[in-house]
Amino acid sequence: MNNTENHAAAPILEVKHLKKYFKTNKGTLHAVDDVSFTIEKGKTLGVVGESGCGKSTTGRVILRLLDPTSGEILFNGKDVAHIKGAELHKMRKEMQMIFQDPFSSLDPRKTVSQIIAEPIQKYKIVKGKEAIEKRVLELMETVGLAERLYNTYPHELDGGRRQRVGIARALAMEPQFIVCDEPVSALDVSIQAQILNLLKKLQREMGLTYIFITHDLSVVNFFADDIAVMYLGQLVEKAPAKELFRNPLHPYTRALLSAIPIPEIGKSRDRILLKGEISSPIDPPDECRFKKRCTDADGACEGCCPALTEVSPGHFVACAHCIKAE
Amino acid sequence: MEENKVLETGSEPVLDIENLVIHFELEDETVYAVNGVDMKLGKGKILGLVGETGAGKTTTALSALRLVPDPPGVIKSGKIMVAGHDMMKLTPAELQKVRGKEVSMIFQDPMTSLNPVYTVGQQIAESIYLHEENMTSKEAYKRAEEMLELVGIPAYRAGDYPHQFSGGMKQRVVIAIALACNPKLLFADEPTTALDVTIQAQVLDLMKDLIKKQGTSVVMITHDLGIVAETCDDVAVMYAGRIVEEGSLEAVFNQTMHPYTEGLFNSLPNINEDMEELKPIPGLMPDPTNLPKGCAFAPRCPYATERCSEKVPELKKVGEHHRVACSAYEDPSFHIARRSK
Amino acid sequence: MADKNVSVAAKYKKRSQAGEIWHRMRKNKGAMLGLVIVALLVFVALFADVFLDYETDVIGQNIAQRLQHPSAQHIMGTDDVGRDVFARLLYGARFSLAVGVAAVAFALVVGVLFGSVAGFFGGRIEEVIMRISDMLAAVPSILMAIAIVSAIGQSTLNLMIAVGVTSVPQFIRITRAAVMTVRNQEYIEAAQSIGLSKFEIIWSHVLPNCLSPIIVQTTLRVASAIISASSLSFLGLGVPSPDPEWGSMLSTGRKFIRGYSYLTVFPGLAIMITVLALNLLGDGLRDAMDPKLKR
Repeated sequence: MNNTENHAAAPILEVKHLKKYFKTNKGTLHAVDDVSFTIEKGKTLGVVGESGCGKSTTGRVILRLLDPTSGEILFNGKDVAHIKGAELHKMRKEMQMIFQDPFSSLDPRKTVSQIIAEPIQKYKIVKGKEAIEKRVLELMETVGLAERLYNTYPHELDGGRRQRVGIARALAMEPQFIVCDEPVSALDVSIQAQILNLLKKLQREMGLTYIFITHDLSVVNFFADDIAVMYLGQLVEKAPAKELFRNPLHPYTRALLSAIPIPEIGKSRDRILLKGEISSPIDPPDECRFKKRCTDADGACEGCCPALTEVSPGHFVACAHCIKAE
Repeated sequence: MEENKVLETGSEPVLDIENLVIHFELEDETVYAVNGVDMKLGKGKILGLVGETGAGKTTTALSALRLVPDPPGVIKSGKIMVAGHDMMKLTPAELQKVRGKEVSMIFQDPMTSLNPVYTVGQQIAESIYLHEENMTSKEAYKRAEEMLELVGIPAYRAGDYPHQFSGGMKQRVVIAIALACNPKLLFADEPTTALDVTIQAQVLDLMKDLIKKQGTSVVMITHDLGIVAETCDDVAVMYAGRIVEEGSLEAVFNQTMHPYTEGLFNSLPNINEDMEELKPIPGLMPDPTNLPKGCAFAPRCPYATERCSEKVPELKKVGEHHRVACSAYEDPSFHIARRSK
Repeated sequence: MADKNVSVAAKYKKRSQAGEIWHRMRKNKGAMLGLVIVALLVFVALFADVFLDYETDVIGQNIAQRLQHPSAQHIMGTDDVGRDVFARLLYGARFSLAVGVAAVAFALVVGVLFGSVAGFFGGRIEEVIMRISDMLAAVPSILMAIAIVSAIGQSTLNLMIAVGVTSVPQFIRITRAAVMTVRNQEYIEAAQSIGLSKFEIIWSHVLPNCLSPIIVQTTLRVASAIISASSLSFLGLGVPSPDPEWGSMLSTGRKFIRGYSYLTVFPGLAIMITVLALNLLGDGLRDAMDPKLKR
């Protein structure tokens, strides 16, 4: 719609040393622990990792649905990590979220049109009953919802259509930036493909920037320009999607890639089976967090946690071995 | 009819379902969940049952254990033979004996399939004790500890409660319970969907290993074609309560015939290929209370012609180990786009 | 699509959610019976003074007619000062229902307000609200009501306050529990992300989704409030005589229970039927609103 031509490499979002800790009875939970990355306008950053790695928390902190413990979130060059009140209200309009669960992310007492109209009314994007109705219908058409669904309730819709309603709600404020938190993981494959195609189409047409959070690597390969791999609250590797799949460096990334079942006979990779399970994010020791499960761990891994280092243009990795080898 | 079966193995099948029809009769509508399913499985074989939400996969599996909730679920017709037992004719007491001992099931969510107030050791021992006549509860507990070791959990954790285990560990416990009595048949309903990929790889590996050791036949219900490719011998694809394509893994994956199966493959992002756009199946699953006349897939099918909406296509043999239910193949020159490469 | 002359909202108009509930409730015979009785009682309460003159028919004494057994003239007989029991019962519906409804309305407003704040915000404020509510609930409700009425004096208004206060903890608890389950739904986060304030979220997303347990609880609490009010009146702490509250009618009838049992039977039945009807209605509403029964 607008801003399509401006595809220059200006970062729309820069996250610097972002931390989010939660206090629990057992100690401090390091949900996001010193995460930094940038996203260029119109691009998609895929954030992958297993449950509990902090990928959803990262998305929510960036949107300020949770307050960061420390760090900077530069949105179009302005730090939004600690803004409040009217400024925060203004920022919300630019940054939106598409949620994972299409069954709990829509208020069951509101109709499709009420759900989509709510942000329009709140931000007075258009005024007057007729104008709002027209705008809601436009949005419904954009996301592929039939006009007859205008007055239906979410429980009458299937998962795919509900997710379309969620997308329309996010688009209603005409944001520049959208965090997609596992938007297709609750959907069947045939519907999943419909939604992914829709998100891609919207990005093309509106010049949207996405953070795409997922645990499904095959989806992220299709969808993202860059991929960041998270483990226990930290970024362990970040690279352009193709590079990451061709040349994964971090042992965790390699294990993750090898674990994807491939729907072709005899095509599965040599599996790197990890020992044990993700350890506790509560008061983690000051060392490489993957060490205990790592197949390559040895003397080089002793000492403090390895920093994210650029080993080839655009390819960052946090692993003592990989950095040494390069 | 008999020679039309392609999944048959020489000996007596462990699972033999014929013309299974299951309806859920609700207050003001009827859900046509399963509409005439035939399924045979030989000893030691793994069958992948593939399909989307609402295709009737789980209902079919539950019916083989006679666990379809009634009301509202009604088994309208069908023969269900499990390891030589006619499940439709057994009394409730006999059913209890057969469940767990001859056939058991692993559910999707390990969080809710364990009882939070008993230790995992007690829960495994319970199923052993119930089915092994001449075993004391002490011996059963000893066996339970062995089972835990077998699924890769140290025996000393038998005294722990489910909440002390992670998701992957819980699913291992569930597998231990399911396999504790050496059942001849196991239904695994999306056993790894709730788990992370690296954990999923561990659990699938373990299952494959145990199944091979014990010679168990398995029906693996999943929507993940990748898992099917890696674990199964045979595949059956379900759509709207019917099997639309079945055969050996090789046949279904490499000589795909049914347009729906093709659509499933095309919907998947493939990590070995770059693609600009996915090719999803247009439209939605039909409403199971109001199935279209004729082929249920016809409204979404790119190849559909008028005859598709006239009558329901029968499963027809198209290869040595391959059957497909699609009337387009009445025309011998018909072929679908996939696998032209 | 803009050039439609009929608005799309109107074009695809369909049964509202309240309509759905009504549709389901109509199938429940018990609930419909309850509803009919409650409607009848409300009608009687509202229009009692159209049929009856308060001064003569309800409190006017007529010693000559005292303690008459039920007959065609006095279908429920007369009491010890010659007042028609049927007339007093009809008029009594006004007092009993008014006390029940007003008391519960008071408890509803206070309880939902504090319950939703406690449930939504949690933390220290929840601690304070819940401990105070626990203290209120720890005192037996009838004892608490007696204490309140003795402290602030006997009148119909004070009776309402007393019964209302004892109902508050239940509303706080049920609202808090409902709010807590809704609070963690993703649509609350979604509402936050589109910039709604906390109170807007509570008002337009949280409370509407907590409505069913609150409505059900309200209906059931009216029933128990009527019992509490009658009990207090029976003890002589409620509606002052000669106003015809059902509890105080029971109380006066008690002295004559051996010879003139109809004096206690009819007010007793009135209380019982009212409470039963409200409970039937409440249970029916609960079933009709239960989302599990939805497809």
